[in-house]
Amino acid sequence: MALKDYIRERFFPHMWCAGCGHGTVLNSLLRAVEQLGLSKNEIVMVSGIGCSARISGYVDFHSLHTLHGRALAFATGVKLSKPELNVIVPMGDGDALAIGGNHFLHAARRNIGMTAIVMNNKIYGMTGGQFSPLTGIGGMATTAPYASIDRSFDVVEIAKAAGATYVARSTAFHAQECTKMIHDAILHDGFSVVEIMTQCPTYYGRKNKLGEAPDMIKRFKDITTPIGSKAKQENPDLIERGVFVEKNLPEYCAEYDKIIERAKGGA
Amino acid sequence: MAKAKLKEHRINRDWCKGCGICVELCPKKVLEMDAEEKSAAVRPEDCIACKLCEMRCPDLAIEIITEQDEK
Repeated sequence: MALKDYIRERFFPHMWCAGCGHGTVLNSLLRAVEQLGLSKNEIVMVSGIGCSARISGYVDFHSLHTLHGRALAFATGVKLSKPELNVIVPMGDGDALAIGGNHFLHAARRNIGMTAIVMNNKIYGMTGGQFSPLTGIGGMATTAPYASIDRSFDVVEIAKAAGATYVARSTAFHAQECTKMIHDAILHDGFSVVEIMTQCPTYYGRKNKLGEAPDMIKRFKDITTPIGSKAKQENPDLIERGVFVEKNLPEYCAEYDKIIERAKGGA
Repeated sequence: MAKAKLKEHRINRDWCKGCGICVELCPKKVLEMDAEEKSAAVRPEDCIACKLCEMRCPDLAIEIITEQDEK
C-alpha cells in the first residue's frame, strides 16, 4: 500500500507547526508499517494529550485519543483484551515521563507487548512552551525565563532501568534509522521504547535561540553519535543513538494466558 | 539493485508549510522555496532520487516518483 493509504487525508494538512519534528516521526512510522505489510485493522494507536498525541488522529488505524499521560494504561487494557493486535503508543516527553511517568515505568516493568514512541522535543509545545522533565539544566522555556535548574531525565536510562526489553534512540534527522527502529520495535515481543528527538521550532527553538527548523534538525546530526563511537570517547557530551537493549523476556499477555490456563486446570 | 531514476517530484502545495527542511538537507540542492514559500524542484536534473526529502518531510508533502515506482 502507498503511504497515503495509511492516513486520514481529510485531516491534512496537519495541525503541527511548520518544521515540527513530529511530522517526520509520523512519516517514519508510516514507512515502518508499510514495510511490515500490516493491515490497518491490525494496529491500534493509543495516545494521550499534547502535540505528539495528535498523531493518532492522522493515521487510519484503530485509534484512541485518551487522557494526558494515561495512554499506556488504556493501551494495556486494549492489549490484554486483544493481544493479537499491534499496539503503538506515541507520546511526548512530558506526556510519557511527567504526567505519565508511573504508567511508563510499570508498562516497562510488566514487559507488555507494546511500542512506546517517545517524541522528545524537550518542551510542552501545545500548552505554550512550559519546561518539561526533559528540558534540562540551562534550557529556556516560558516557565523558565532565567533558564531551568532542573536536571533532565534520560529516556533511555529510565526505560532500561524500568525493564523495557527493546530500547532505542534516534532523531528526526535520522529518518531512515527511525523507520528501522519503529519497525523492529513493533516486531519485538515485549515492551519497546523508541525515543526520537524532535525539533519544536516554535517554542524550544525560539526560546533557546536554536534557529529555524532546518537549523534545529541539522543540529541533531552534530549533537548525536552512534553507540560506542570514537567520537563519544572524545566528546562525552554527545548523545548516543542506536539500540541500547534488545532482549527476550516473558511477555505479559502470554504470562497472563498461562495464569488463565492454570486457574482453569485447578477448578 | 539498479539505481533509481527520477521521474518526477510530486509536491503537495496544499500540505507543504514551507519549513525549508527539504531545501536545506537535499544533498544535491535540487529544491528551493518559491515565491509562495512552498518547496519546488528547480533543478530536477540534479536529483539522485535518494528520497531523503520525502522521508524527512514533516508535512508528508513530497513524493519522489522514480521510473521503478511506475513499473
